[in-house]
Amino acid sequence: MTQVAPAETPVHQKQRFLSRYVFSTDHKTIGIQYYLTGGLMGVLGAFLAALIRLQLTWPTTQWNFLAKLFPTGMEGGFMKPEFYISLVTMHGTIMIFFFVSLVLVSGFGNYLIPLQVGARDMAFPFLNMLSYWTIVPAILIAAASFFVEGGAAGSGWTAYPPLSAVPSAAPGSGLGQTLWLLAVALFIVSFTMGSLNYVTTVVNLRAKGMSMMRMPLTVWSLLIASIIGLLAFPALTAAAIMLLFDRHLGTSFYLPAGLFIAGKLLSNQGGSPLLWQHLFWFLGHPEVYVLILPALGITFDVLVPFARRPAFGYRVTVYCLVAIAFLSMVVWGHHMFVSGMNPLVGEFFSIGTLLITIPSTIIGVNMIASLWGGKLRLTTAAFFAIGTISFFGFGGLGGLFLGNAAADIQLHDTAFVVGHFHFMIGGVTMLAIFSGSYYWFPKMFGRKLSELLGKLHFWMTLVPFYGIFATMHFYGLAGAPRRYYNLSQYAFLEGVRWMPIVITVFAFTLIAGQLLFLVNLVWSLWAGEKAEANPWEATTLEWSAPSPPPHGNWGENEPVVHRGAYEYGNPDAKEDFVPQTVPTHQVPAHS
Amino acid sequence: MKDTRPTLGFALAVTLWFLGIGVFVLGARRYLPEVASEHGKGIDVMLHYLLVTTGTLIVIGHLVLGYFVFRFSRTARVSPTLPGATAQRFWSVAPAILMTLLAEGGVLVLGIPVFGQLYTQDPPADAVVVEVTGEQFTWNVRYPGADGEFGRTDPALITDANALGVDESDPAADDDMHELALIYVPVNRPVKVRLRSKDVLHSFFLPHHRIKQDAVPGMTIELWFVPNREGEFEIACAELCGFGHYQMRGFLRVVSDEEFERWLAEKREAGRR
Repeated sequence: MTQVAPAETPVHQKQRFLSRYVFSTDHKTIGIQYYLTGGLMGVLGAFLAALIRLQLTWPTTQWNFLAKLFPTGMEGGFMKPEFYISLVTMHGTIMIFFFVSLVLVSGFGNYLIPLQVGARDMAFPFLNMLSYWTIVPAILIAAASFFVEGGAAGSGWTAYPPLSAVPSAAPGSGLGQTLWLLAVALFIVSFTMGSLNYVTTVVNLRAKGMSMMRMPLTVWSLLIASIIGLLAFPALTAAAIMLLFDRHLGTSFYLPAGLFIAGKLLSNQGGSPLLWQHLFWFLGHPEVYVLILPALGITFDVLVPFARRPAFGYRVTVYCLVAIAFLSMVVWGHHMFVSGMNPLVGEFFSIGTLLITIPSTIIGVNMIASLWGGKLRLTTAAFFAIGTISFFGFGGLGGLFLGNAAADIQLHDTAFVVGHFHFMIGGVTMLAIFSGSYYWFPKMFGRKLSELLGKLHFWMTLVPFYGIFATMHFYGLAGAPRRYYNLSQYAFLEGVRWMPIVITVFAFTLIAGQLLFLVNLVWSLWAGEKAEANPWEATTLEWSAPSPPPHGNWGENEPVVHRGAYEYGNPDAKEDFVPQTVPTHQVPAHS
Repeated sequence: MKDTRPTLGFALAVTLWFLGIGVFVLGARRYLPEVASEHGKGIDVMLHYLLVTTGTLIVIGHLVLGYFVFRFSRTARVSPTLPGATAQRFWSVAPAILMTLLAEGGVLVLGIPVFGQLYTQDPPADAVVVEVTGEQFTWNVRYPGADGEFGRTDPALITDANALGVDESDPAADDDMHELALIYVPVNRPVKVRLRSKDVLHSFFLPHHRIKQDAVPGMTIELWFVPNREGEFEIACAELCGFGHYQMRGFLRVVSDEEFERWLAEKREAGRR
């Protein structure tokens, strides 16, 4: 399909089924494709999490029905240790790369960026389609790795060598690890195409009058996330290629001399396992913010229309997002305090990491303050956005422990870390996904999600999530190491044996709660309350387009922007909100 | 229709208050394994400082957030005054100052000194030296013996009987003493650990002693600490090393000086035979 300049052909030609729903170049279709694909992977990831919980709570119980599903990994109904490690590895990989990244950044990003900056589509629609169709094989490869000899990769989502580099080091380090590397490499290729598109679209295709400081915070956060993604991902690409070389071509980037693995002396020499850790976390840490920042942006965008007040400290929030992005690139070493890295460098990373608390706290305060003086409309979307603030506070403050080199000695690689990152890249992002879903679903499909099911979903998410991951913090304080197949022989955990049970009960409650969301999605798609163009009385540009917007987003006239993103409570206006498209001669601009 | 806003707002506010206070109450309990090393006290001070400060911030944050939800779910109209520039500036500067003092102050005053002591100071000369070599899935322990020197090792010499590949032709190897997943040390004397790995990454974790250090193949990493309580303590592996990661349990036996000497003598005797 050829793209012509929008100004010349404002209304797009009719499309056939295939080019409309499958190989579509329309950013909205691609966004929804990403959203649904990511959602599907989220279901898979949650299933793996359930298996992990089963093992940790009842380590010696026989599960006959699972033996049918995984004849090798669950032979005779008992989980094998190597299968457990594969579950842990793939749960992390799928949730980070194929669920949160896809839904939050690719799904909402594709759907919202053109609509919110007033563009008819992405800057490179074909590249956009290519990006989606690159992620599909990545997912298939990752899923297929469960069924190859040795099972899926078993070196954690961090894939530290030599475990990941030497095929004989573990069952999952054979073909499973190679497929893992290929899947991640394809993910990076896809994500790079997406990020390039985001940056170009935001920089070049903003509507007339849409200055940078009038952009909604979702767009700001996605722009910044894309930039740090583009800067950080090449490091992992290089690292992954080097790891593939070590695995298959006999190089020694990560392998020192004298390795003695599985009864054999290896001939490698000169490499260092620490090199991988530096390269991995040079990506890995910014990647956390690639996910967190859009979650924060979305939270502002959802919070503000339901508080009916302008976002508190918009400008400062933008500066803080930039500051976090900058700092995120220079603090990767806080994952390596006890790795054997020079301890003086560790001190630098510790001080640098804790600097991030400053812009983060300001953002949190701005979120809370955005509620002040408002008239709260407590929709499900608003509930989830408020829940996000709570998660961001609790999870963020947990970061003070881990960024602190001295405290990290005790907490590194314990359940504390697991609890912490689930709050941040699991919880903050998931709640933002939900608040965004309830908020933008009417725009995407022309119908509202059920509020009743939504509220139930909220209560069954917020409370169990605390039950699981707050408890994990304390489990980690007690010293429980992560990635353990069975902790029952360790006597120092005697006092906290109740914790894994509590965690599991909450975990299954949480999963049950998410089923409500799936039911809600399907039911509302057919029978939900019909939504007009601007059901929430919001100000940003996407609400000036019909629900759902047609191909090309707006009719003949492209929107023109006359004011900031959040003009609520403008005293000169008749209503309590002024959309960005309202000219200043009708209502004077406030920002 | 009845306005449900106040009810919903109240329910959400109560939940937020409950969660904030709930995690504080849970966090106020003691979970840390009882400390058994000198520097461990410093690490515990750091951890307790963080528990108290972050716990307080969590409670305050949730009380405020819940109060805002409660209050502004029952307002009839939006406040006509927009947030002023001064308020916005104040609420940016105040958190910045607070976090600088709390987070950076905490790490500079309480954290870095302990971390630095553990990692950058040389161990005292009277330290007991022990070499710990991780492998899938156990810890090889070696003492240098009376000469204070470890025998040369070469991975090419590794066999089932010679797990470390000790070069028997090296005279320094003669009096080396070996243990498996068991470390004997005297109480109140510095212990210097030379940490190595034969195959993949491991991490030497002593939960009671607040010690955790990755064992990296190709590197010999030294650390030292002073165990100050007698008893048998567990060693765990804290870096994923394969399917048997969870099995790398070992023991650190901290004994009196006399008992340590007796054990040394027995080991020597056994080695001579």
